[in-house]
Amino acid sequence: MFNYYLKLGWLSIRTNPWLSLLMVAAIGTGIGACMTILTVNHAMSSNPIPQKSEVLFHVQLDSWEAGEPGPDGYNPPDQMTYRDAIALQEEAPAFRSVANNRSGLVLEPEGGDENPYTVDIRNTWADFFPMFDLPFLYGSGWDESADENREAVVVLSRELNDRVFGGENSVGRTVRMSGINFRVVGVIDEWLPVPKYYDVTNGAFNLPEEAFIPFTFAIEQDLPRNGNTNCWKPVDGEGRDAFLNSECAWIQFWAELRNEEEEAAYMSWLNAYVEEQKVLGRFPRPLNNRLNDVMEWMEDRQVVEDDAQVMLGLSFLFLVVCLLNTIGLLLAKFMRKTGDISVRRALGARRSDLFLQHMIEAGLIGLGGGVLGLGLTWLGLRGIEVLFGDFVEHLVHLDWQMMLTAIALAIVSALVAGLYPTWRAMQIMPASQLKTQ
Amino acid sequence: MQFGPIWRALMRNKTGAVLIALQMAVTMAIMVNAISIIQTRAESMSRPSGVNEVDTFYLSSIGFNDNFNEQVAVMEDLAALRAMPGVVNAVQTNSVPLSGGGWSMSLATEAGSDVDTTGTAIYFVDEHGIETYDLKLVAGENFAATDMTWRTPEDSTWPGTALITIELAKALFGDDNWQEAVGQTIYIEETQPMTVKGIVERMQAAWNGWDGVERTTLVPQNTAYGGSRYIIRAEPGQRDTLMPQVEEMLAASNRDRLIRGLNTMEETRERSYQGDSSMIKLLLFTIGLLLLVTALGIVGLASFSVSRRTKQIGTRRALGASKADIARYFLSENLLISGVGVVLGAGLTIGLNIWMVDAFDLDSMNALLIPMAMAVLLVVGQLAVLGPARRAASVPPAVATRTI
Repeated sequence: MFNYYLKLGWLSIRTNPWLSLLMVAAIGTGIGACMTILTVNHAMSSNPIPQKSEVLFHVQLDSWEAGEPGPDGYNPPDQMTYRDAIALQEEAPAFRSVANNRSGLVLEPEGGDENPYTVDIRNTWADFFPMFDLPFLYGSGWDESADENREAVVVLSRELNDRVFGGENSVGRTVRMSGINFRVVGVIDEWLPVPKYYDVTNGAFNLPEEAFIPFTFAIEQDLPRNGNTNCWKPVDGEGRDAFLNSECAWIQFWAELRNEEEEAAYMSWLNAYVEEQKVLGRFPRPLNNRLNDVMEWMEDRQVVEDDAQVMLGLSFLFLVVCLLNTIGLLLAKFMRKTGDISVRRALGARRSDLFLQHMIEAGLIGLGGGVLGLGLTWLGLRGIEVLFGDFVEHLVHLDWQMMLTAIALAIVSALVAGLYPTWRAMQIMPASQLKTQ
Repeated sequence: MQFGPIWRALMRNKTGAVLIALQMAVTMAIMVNAISIIQTRAESMSRPSGVNEVDTFYLSSIGFNDNFNEQVAVMEDLAALRAMPGVVNAVQTNSVPLSGGGWSMSLATEAGSDVDTTGTAIYFVDEHGIETYDLKLVAGENFAATDMTWRTPEDSTWPGTALITIELAKALFGDDNWQEAVGQTIYIEETQPMTVKGIVERMQAAWNGWDGVERTTLVPQNTAYGGSRYIIRAEPGQRDTLMPQVEEMLAASNRDRLIRGLNTMEETRERSYQGDSSMIKLLLFTIGLLLLVTALGIVGLASFSVSRRTKQIGTRRALGASKADIARYFLSENLLISGVGVVLGAGLTIGLNIWMVDAFDLDSMNALLIPMAMAVLLVVGQLAVLGPARRAASVPPAVATRTI
């Protein structure tokens, strides 16, 4: 029966090709608009590290000036001061933790033929690599002893290794950056967390850094800091040590806590630490330490931009317009067939048969709209890429999951749109149309 | 044309009409709110930066080894740049309006840590800053060479003078007293005094989304932090020929540094507002597509209603109605439906706007947009129904005699 209705539906679509095309176009446009925006939002709100997102915590201490609380109370700074980060890194009871910050160095290629160029750097700790699950192409991260001994070691990104060593296994070789020779200990493979959750302060959709070096070494050598730095109090004195001792926040701090007990123990350690610091005259605000896991932190920082959400809302309304359009057209189409329907009813078709037949016809149109919509989504994403440039380049691609969603959304939309017209078609009396013939 | 009979006829078969009206209402709600967003964005994009954007470009010079003496290099570079033919003036600075990265500080009119402060963007310049950026000095005077000091990692003391923008003067000294700011003392980092030497009309900060984007302070210092940015103003029309020459000259003059980040002010503005201008294009495209979909829907339903009523039309024609009468019937019918649609749409538009203002902190819309959108949609409706109406008008009276 299903096949027969499919055939009937197809015949009916072919009887009024223009009307049918109009409906397919309406659904297709609506789906295209919705899916384009949905894909962008989906990427923006996706979980960058699903296997571990619930055990990785962004740590915030409220070391800021007393001041007046904002409308939703006091908000601790995103980042941490050097004093606190070091205390937490060395003493707090976390399974793993990493203080890290953004930096940039000038790389001097060997031989001197090529001009020097700047490289994005992350200053971090040995635990960074296992904690954030970085995939290694060659070698591995450095040992904890390299943190302690402040060694000049480096982990390169795949791209930088391609550029400097032509993609060879460079473990053990040397890279010269800002006048310092760094020993390569590892090369990571393709790694593109979207959003870049471990440092949303410096751009949630930036690319990961090109090289990673020990935080302790960067401090000892007073290498430049490139990231966001916020101070609420003037730095007391000049030079590196005065800055390190200041209330300036410039370090991202993450901890891996494997279960609720570890989380609770860590939190109580943080609270005890802050109480201790209060005695020393720091932390003028009320106790307000925060642990947010990856997705909570993305939510808190509103990584999905308002613009994207406004567009999502408007595009769904757009789909509503397209569906209203389709309902009208389907109604027109079914009402045009009243003669057929009466005859079928007179010949013994039940209402449920008619219901099935017309829903299948609507579904077919939805399928057409879905296929068209997929094509339009692809076009739309290319358009978004052209419009917004680099920012979204690695954000928008259609995966099979989104494709299935597009087709399913199209068919469901068409079925919903088909409900009322079908119901009207079912109401047609067997005799009403026969009389006048 | 009498609307009464048309209305009664509509009431006998209202589903199609209701659908069109609803579609128009939602279309209108989307359209007006999208236009409202476009207006806000366009407005923020049209704010002047206060600097000469057409002739200005900039680049960074970064020393990468121990041979590099930045203080010497900066002085040599500036002298060489200013001597180049085609260069109006050049200055070492830390940031550029709209570039997204800059330096901000808090200022106060009295010393101490418990006083009200005002946030400001900081630009380090020398006495050539005003000419290079092409700023307009409206009160007081420019820096002199003797005001200049060096800012280094070892010495970050602030100098004794500063220039501020009108907006900043208003924020510090009150809207009506801004002219009196010249000669007054302001405090930076709680205790360090600076005398306001002059006031410039306007200069934007590096962040276009900041509500204090026009609160700017110019500070007479050269900086030695390892990386210097030079901003260069070319003679009109010379910018593009000068850019590669400048880059080459600087790269060749000192091998211990690298030159990067060569950019024009125009590119900087474009990048700064890329999100906004893309959003405007996206919304305009959405509005266009939406109107098209709505118009096609009207065409489809009107065609259907014409073909259903072929016999009645024939009968009316046979009874003496002219072609124009028939066409007018369908046009009036559409006007009625669209009229209901746009009235409904006005309500929906306001509702959607209230929600969006609430949820996304947007500005509320200009109420004038509503009647304008109503007019546009009524015209679109009439245009869409024109084709089917003409087809209806061409139904011959003879149809009345056939039995279909």
